[in-house]
Amino acid sequence: MNKLAVKWTIILIALFGSVALLYPTYEWYSRTPEEREVLEASGDRPKRIVNLGLDLRGGSSLLLELDVSKLEGNESLNESMQRAIEIVRNRIDQYGVGEIPITKQGDKWISVQLPGIANPEQAEALIGKTAMLEFRLVDESAKAQEALQKVSELEEPFNAEGTLTAEAQALVPEGITIMRSKDGSFLPVTATAAVTGADLEDARITTGEYGYPAVSFTFNGAGAKKFGELTGRNLHKQLAIVLDNTIQSAPSINSRITREGQITGRFTMNEAKQLAIVLRAGALPAPVRIIEKRVIGPGLGEDSIKSGLKASLIGFLFIVLFMIIYYRASGFISSVALVLNVVFLIATMAYFSATLTLPGIAGIILSLAMAVDANVLILERMREEYDKGQPLYLVIKEGYDKAWSAIFDSNLTTWIASILLFNFGTGPVKGFALTLTLGLLVGVFTSVFVTRAIYETLLTANPKEISI
Amino acid sequence: MKYFKLLPKTHIDFVDSRKIFFWISGLIMLACLISVITKGLNFGIDFTGGTMVQVQFKDNISIDQVRSALSQKGLKADIQTFIGTNSFAVKVKGAQEDVNEVSVNIQEGLKNTGVEFTIEQTDFVGPAVGSDLAKKAILAFAIAMAAMVIYIAFRFQSIVWGAMAVAALFHDVFLTIGIFSFFQLEVDLVIVAAFMTIAGFSVNDTIVIFDRVRENTKLHPKWDIKELLNTSVNETLSRTIITSITVIGAAAILYFMGGKVLNNFSLAILIGLTSGTYSTVVLVTGLVYQWTKDGKFSLTSQASASNNGYKEPALKNKKRNK
Repeated sequence: MNKLAVKWTIILIALFGSVALLYPTYEWYSRTPEEREVLEASGDRPKRIVNLGLDLRGGSSLLLELDVSKLEGNESLNESMQRAIEIVRNRIDQYGVGEIPITKQGDKWISVQLPGIANPEQAEALIGKTAMLEFRLVDESAKAQEALQKVSELEEPFNAEGTLTAEAQALVPEGITIMRSKDGSFLPVTATAAVTGADLEDARITTGEYGYPAVSFTFNGAGAKKFGELTGRNLHKQLAIVLDNTIQSAPSINSRITREGQITGRFTMNEAKQLAIVLRAGALPAPVRIIEKRVIGPGLGEDSIKSGLKASLIGFLFIVLFMIIYYRASGFISSVALVLNVVFLIATMAYFSATLTLPGIAGIILSLAMAVDANVLILERMREEYDKGQPLYLVIKEGYDKAWSAIFDSNLTTWIASILLFNFGTGPVKGFALTLTLGLLVGVFTSVFVTRAIYETLLTANPKEISI
Repeated sequence: MKYFKLLPKTHIDFVDSRKIFFWISGLIMLACLISVITKGLNFGIDFTGGTMVQVQFKDNISIDQVRSALSQKGLKADIQTFIGTNSFAVKVKGAQEDVNEVSVNIQEGLKNTGVEFTIEQTDFVGPAVGSDLAKKAILAFAIAMAAMVIYIAFRFQSIVWGAMAVAALFHDVFLTIGIFSFFQLEVDLVIVAAFMTIAGFSVNDTIVIFDRVRENTKLHPKWDIKELLNTSVNETLSRTIITSITVIGAAAILYFMGGKVLNNFSLAILIGLTSGTYSTVVLVTGLVYQWTKDGKFSLTSQASASNNGYKEPALKNKKRNK
């Protein structure tokens, strides 16, 4: 095979490969949104396609902060974060909305992207629950009642988390604390929880007394043993079921309970459902707080895609027309290269399952501008060589050779910058850097390698001239 | 074979007229600086933290109606309209702890207008996030710029080039910042991406000219700096103009047709690219000349004491596309 044949083989492989890579993306976006939703929910979304960022398709994104000051135990921050991410993922998965990108950001932030969900309030409520389930005995002793009396007289005995303030805690004897229940009344309970939700195996919604929705739970082996001991030793005493420092209910222990139990507390259907979900998914290592929330309605996303695509297309046509009018045959060759540039770039993005965002479009624009510039550089060089009266093959050869160092240096400079932006940037900066990094590589390939192969092929026919 | 040429061969003395352009650019930069100092930048909630609710009303409604409806609710908000639509963006900036509180207030306030609306977008950015985003964006930008200077200095064998390329880049980005400050257009994270685009294009543009100087230095070792710079800019002028027409033209189309999401973004790019073309042609060469003419710095390693014995990278003139 001669060199030219090798070049064409490379170009054709790239082209066919790109078309094959682009097909799933094309197929996916030609479906109706409803069809996509169904497929997404069943996990049948193709892997290697170009994803659209929330700014372009609509949806919600949440940024959560783990309250590290409330971390307990000897787990490292990193481990706690991993656990928190897993738990958030478990909770969201119960929604059945397909694959949700949940990633760690910085030291203690978790980013949750909820594509297509325009009302994230339910998801918010689900994520925000610490879901610390505890079982504490109610202390009925006289000194506990006395402490309860004193604490009740305080203006605000509880802090934001629902535990006693330092001032209030000082009034309570050791080993006892006071907690608020759902109806607003206070109860003295043991300071430490005898059994916690960590030992739960399953939780599901059932019907409790008086027909209120309730949550039934099942303990694992260790939990059943602890719970059996606790209930066996304290028959006919009151047991408080505490969720996130609020007493849900405090039923009397009528018999020894081991594996199965039920939480009642005058829940609404929705509350009970959410409680079952968070209990099943487990408790967060520490509370999380939403520190950023962005919701883009599907209408706006669609609008911005439509007008953005239309404008990009017209802008692209303008470039192509200008090149063809100004450089004629050579301008046409450049235009072919620019079209290939777009095809290759989107195919590469599909291969990496990249997400296209608004800043990402900026990166594409810059890489295309530099590809246009590379073409112009080469063509202007060819004109200079032509003016010197060089033969055609030399015009083309020198055009490429002399333009190369400028193309190489300007692209590499920008490429270095974009690699750094990708590594050190976050969010939008990353989106920009990603398309730019890929776009520059593709751009140099199409505007130098591909166009040159075309010229060299044309030269084999020994033409008198090619209009530049 | 004849071809259509937009520009005949030029012999403009850019180096000699550099002082005029120094003045023009200097005054523009000063104006931008004054604007940034006195008016400041209208940072979006991405950086200040706060809540934004963007709605589209079903019927025509004036900005005053929206404002008075919100003030009934006791809300002091920035209100932004989008020309040709019934969309309004209502922003309450500042540190807010609760994720939904302000958003709900705004929506209730907007109901006072009595006109039905749909919510297009809501954003809440907590105070810690805003400053973090700004810090990280600036850090990433600074690192990228530093790397560019180092690379250019390495490839062109003198710090002059890297420093001047970055000077041109700052000129272009700062001009855009100045205009955004003067008209109090909002600077959010997407605009930061636009600034990066401007920076990238500016450096690209500058390198093309530097590359020609590098080449001419070798072809005409006897020429003085002035002749080298002038010839190089003139020789690359048609390329600069053609590339700028295509790229700026495409950016203009994006600005006029790209819809409200792309509006400020494409405006920034439009300003930046225009400034980039100007700074490349008339400013950079003047700056390089100014810096090198008193002999403190030289353009290449041949005469440079600081670069003694430095070998040219092998990449440079290697014929790559045989």
